[in-house]
Amino acid sequence: MTDHSHQSEGSDAGNEQAVAAAPPAEVAAEETAPGGHGPTHREDERPSVIHQILAGGALMSVLAVVLALLIGGLLIAFADEDTRAASGYFFSRPSDMLSAGWTAMRDAYVAMFRGSVLDWNAPTFAGMIKPFTESMVFSVPLILAGLGIAVGFRAGLFNIGAQGQIIVGAIVAAWLGFAFDMPPVIHLLVAVLGGAIGGAVYAGVAGVLKARFGANEVIVTIMLNYIAVYLIGYILKTPQFNPGRTGQRSPAVSAEATFPHLVPDWLLPNDFRLHWGFVMAVLATVFVWWLLERSTIGFEIRAVGANPAAARTAGMSVGRITIITMLVAGALAGLAASGQVLGTERSLTVGVAASFGFDAITVALLGRSRPWGTFFAGLLFGALKAGGFLMQSLTQTPIDIVLVVQSLIVLLIAAPPLVRAVFRLPSPTGRPRRPRPARTTTEEVTA
Amino acid sequence: MSTATTPSSTATAPGTRPRVGLKTPVVYATAALLTVLLFLRPTPADVSTTFQFGTAAEWFAIPNASVPALLTISLLTVVMAAAAVWAFLLVRQRRRPPVWLHVVVGVAVVLAFLTYAGAGKTSVIPMVSLLAGALALSVPLVFGALSGVICERSGIINIAIEGQLLFGAFAAAVAASAAGSGYVGLVAAPLAGALVGAALAWFAVSFRVNQIIVGVVLNTLIIGLTGFLFATVLSDNRALWNTRMPLPRIRIPVLAEIPVLGPVLFNQTVLIYLMYVIVVVLQIMLFRSRWGLRTRAVGEHPKAADTVGIKVNTRRVWNTILGGAVAGLGGAFFTVGSGLAFGREMSAGNGFIALAAMILGKWNPWGAVLAALLFGFSKNLGNVLSTIGSGVPSELLLMLPYIITIFAVAGFVGRVRPPAAEGIPYTKS
Repeated sequence: MTDHSHQSEGSDAGNEQAVAAAPPAEVAAEETAPGGHGPTHREDERPSVIHQILAGGALMSVLAVVLALLIGGLLIAFADEDTRAASGYFFSRPSDMLSAGWTAMRDAYVAMFRGSVLDWNAPTFAGMIKPFTESMVFSVPLILAGLGIAVGFRAGLFNIGAQGQIIVGAIVAAWLGFAFDMPPVIHLLVAVLGGAIGGAVYAGVAGVLKARFGANEVIVTIMLNYIAVYLIGYILKTPQFNPGRTGQRSPAVSAEATFPHLVPDWLLPNDFRLHWGFVMAVLATVFVWWLLERSTIGFEIRAVGANPAAARTAGMSVGRITIITMLVAGALAGLAASGQVLGTERSLTVGVAASFGFDAITVALLGRSRPWGTFFAGLLFGALKAGGFLMQSLTQTPIDIVLVVQSLIVLLIAAPPLVRAVFRLPSPTGRPRRPRPARTTTEEVTA
Repeated sequence: MSTATTPSSTATAPGTRPRVGLKTPVVYATAALLTVLLFLRPTPADVSTTFQFGTAAEWFAIPNASVPALLTISLLTVVMAAAAVWAFLLVRQRRRPPVWLHVVVGVAVVLAFLTYAGAGKTSVIPMVSLLAGALALSVPLVFGALSGVICERSGIINIAIEGQLLFGAFAAAVAASAAGSGYVGLVAAPLAGALVGAALAWFAVSFRVNQIIVGVVLNTLIIGLTGFLFATVLSDNRALWNTRMPLPRIRIPVLAEIPVLGPVLFNQTVLIYLMYVIVVVLQIMLFRSRWGLRTRAVGEHPKAADTVGIKVNTRRVWNTILGGAVAGLGGAFFTVGSGLAFGREMSAGNGFIALAAMILGKWNPWGAVLAALLFGFSKNLGNVLSTIGSGVPSELLLMLPYIITIFAVAGFVGRVRPPAAEGIPYTKS
């Protein structure tokens, strides 16, 4: 996957490049996948395909989310005890099973909605909108780390290492947060900056190894993830980080270094956990948009991602861009870490990164590596997470269903022909199209 | 590690031999130097280390060996230094140091470390349980790495090994529990793994979705799915769906009597014996059979393979399904293989380590197995040492395999080259 240049001679060069480059482009390439059309159509299809992505991308995303939620609902219904009890006499009274399944599914999703958007049972206004602020809290690390991964995708880099970058950034941010005494605002800025630098340096290792030695960034970042896990385990046992002798939690970061709450009490009496880290996430989204769409570096990043050989020919240093991209990605993951350590958790814990680094990959994929797409994907997945907790406590539906729904969303978005086939939508070229198993494809092409 | 020394380098005449890098002697000398600095210097004189070689099960008891620590470490250092000098002389003559020399130096380093760690302690170093534990930790890695070899040699990147292991573990536990026999689990596990492999192949070949993306997402999907079913169906009726069903150990009569290695290798479940068979068969099949030739052709140069009539995508799909089945079988080790019930996320990242082992093994079955054993050994060494209590933090020791892998991928430990067409979907033009 590192070497796509040698494929560029083929007549389907555009396809190959796009697939190797980045998810959004890859979806575009995928539209022209082997299917019913002969190879002669392929060149003609290109412009209309791009048009289709720009025009119909949002619809595909919405349909994918709907379909994923439906499948998740079926799973919830299947796992429900009443449903399974009623399935014992399905052929005598099928309505029992169907209604039990429907009830289970509806209850779970209603609870999820109440836990993530609006709790209409709450006595106060603050209580009603608290679920939405919780979604925003969960979305902060997802958005920031997702942006980092999205930047990598745009440069054709698979940064699986957000998890490790979050951990290292969190260690630095927490250390700066509790070990020093500084004036209020400066302390927070120093700690946030430290977290970003920590993440950037850690990601930079993978960038340098890729640029200098051609080391596959997927493997290196996976390995760096594991090293970071052991590193945080080790660091939390050192005396300075381990006042409680548990090896689980560092001292609390000082009050000057924490993100203040976003909604002040004089405006609305509340107990929200929502902090200024969310504003940081919005600012980071704006910055990434500017970086990718308006800056020279961003142009180079996109050029390298689209076609490294052409970028090199045009005089760009692919290695330099690789390193810069990884530094930016790591810095964003480091910001995600500081949001957790300085805002939500307020100390360093063994599980500080939770699974944010991996969830962020799905966030970036759902957002099609676009800054604002990633932002809203992060909000959606944050909402799924926040809602999942209430759903688990109210309906005993395990929160794991959120993982299933998330991964189904991404799988479906990556394969638009599948979604189109399910919803009987026309193909972008106006011809009916169905997904074909590989064997058929091969045989057809061979024939 | 470098089992794949090419025959061509030894076949050429002495005068025309290419230069051999100084890397091996330098690595050996560094190992000797580090041993002196890290293990020899802090070891006090007149303390001893006790190694335990026996188990309770032998015909005759093997006595514990108590050795003077300082002398032993010194001798081992001399062995390393001698190996460094000899390797240097070989390299001067443009010869490659033999593979067994790597093994000797590696064993010497490990023994020196163990002697240092156990010096002056009352607790013994249990060699048999150290090796047996290492093998146990390696089993899923070996299966996973072989699965990776099968898929990637045909050009499909299998990041979903983790998901295949986990789904295999899940299916093995559920099927074994429902049927009341661990052996049923051994049938269900590869089917489950093959299902994940088929999903990977479907998205990667039919929809041409990026293989890394599909793999990563399938892992998340399987973690979510098994976790969901574990918390609902499996815990609603634990007796039916999730009872422990250990596979019985089968003792191979004569071989199991070999001191130290016998009980480790030949007193195991049928799953481990299957693993031995798969390793040997795959090594032979991949390099000596029509299937192997076609697989490698499809992974290296699909267009050329297609030109001579090999169905590229069909081969890739079947290889991915086969690879998934192998990884799924490996997943059975977590549940029926080690006599445990299914637990949430019990594959615990082993799939990714298996991927690293495959790369460290240079996409070769034997190399992958050796690398997997190395990972398993260092992991178990960390566990054993943390119970004995040594000066080295176990976390730092546990990091070691991952650091080695990074070095390997960056090209410091031998050249690592993936199959050329890996990750690139094939369409006939």
